Amino acid sequence: MTRNEAISQMLTAMADDALIQGHRNSEWTGLGPIMEEDIAFSSMAQDKIGHAWALYRILHENLGGTEPDRFAFLRGEKDYRCCHLVEMPNGEYDFSLVRHFLFDHAEAVRWEHLQQSTFEPLALTARKLKGEIKYHTLHANAWITQLCRAGEESYARMQSALNVCFPLALGIFEPSPEAETLLVNEKIYAGEATLKEQWLDRTYNILSVAGLNLPSEGSVTPAYGGRKGYHTEYLQPLLDEMGYVFRLDPEAVW
Amino acid sequence: MTITAEKIYKALEQVMDPEIPVLNVLDLGMITSVKVGDGDAVLIKMIPTFSACPAVELIRQNIRTTVEKELGASVTVEIDKEAHWHSNRMGPAAKEKLKNFGIAPPQVYNGEAYSEILMHTACPHCNSKNTYLRSPFGSTLCRAIHYCRECGHVFEHFKPLE
Repeated sequence: MTRNEAISQMLTAMADDALIQGHRNSEWTGLGPIMEEDIAFSSMAQDKIGHAWALYRILHENLGGTEPDRFAFLRGEKDYRCCHLVEMPNGEYDFSLVRHFLFDHAEAVRWEHLQQSTFEPLALTARKLKGEIKYHTLHANAWITQLCRAGEESYARMQSALNVCFPLALGIFEPSPEAETLLVNEKIYAGEATLKEQWLDRTYNILSVAGLNLPSEGSVTPAYGGRKGYHTEYLQPLLDEMGYVFRLDPEAVW
Repeated sequence: MTITAEKIYKALEQVMDPEIPVLNVLDLGMITSVKVGDGDAVLIKMIPTFSACPAVELIRQNIRTTVEKELGASVTVEIDKEAHWHSNRMGPAAKEKLKNFGIAPPQVYNGEAYSEILMHTACPHCNSKNTYLRSPFGSTLCRAIHYCRECGHVFEHFKPLE
């Protein structure tokens, strides 16, 4: 594996996560429990898809990859590298909020690290995106804290959503030993294990204020496979819907 | 007519933001450089406020057509990848215009946590700081929604961004 192949593998995973999470966020448009939340998930959808696009553009312009729209919409399911967490249907609001909390803190940690990346296009993008993601974690923290104090049912639902989401969220940090060794040696990024430790610390600080118990890592089975192209049954139907208009006429100019 | 950087900047004053029509692209700090090259070809570099801003292409096109019309030169507008937009790029005059338009301007950030500076954003209608953040997301990516306890208005805020 070459340096550029390893970078491409990492960027594809990051971009696919953002794209699929963005699509899931957009499914709340028009359905949010209150107007502000409808707007919030729609805005976060827009941000995520913009972030995916920025990464697909680096793949295209700096690493010889396919044109971003075609890459985003025309691949087969096996060629996506997103984690299982983002593939899951939105479910109830508790699930969507806890997923958003765990996912966005992972992104925040990752982008903060990538500011120091020796791969310049990524370092420049990181400087821009980390500020935007702060608004996502601010939103998630506020709701996690409030809903955990909103009575017995609310608290129980948040804890139960956390139990469901946690093993899925560990899948964000699925190791890819060959690429990672190369990328860590070249100081392109810090490696999944390091990012995961910081993510655990950071989320723990908020969850403990909210009175929620983070399951211990050893007690669950992480949802791995996404980074190797093995997906849940929910990804293909999402891809069918997401790319439907694009596939009608891939050559159309908008 | 000789094309100079000054004339280009003058023409750019006419290019307004499609989402906040009282601010032009210079007020917003979106222009990072202007250059006049061989044969009076103009190169303008710009940066979007938020990376997913849907108005970027429209703004880019507006810059090109306005400067071409004003100066009769051929104009290229590029996204500047070296620079990134942050809200301290917006000057005091621009913030005043924003406030008069009914949107609270972004506070100057010095690296402090957003949640703290967002807590008591001054209401653009009555100047009270007895306000709270209702949602960090608003009608466009660059805005948040606040509520003023003093005058009872819900108001929008141009978010600070590092």
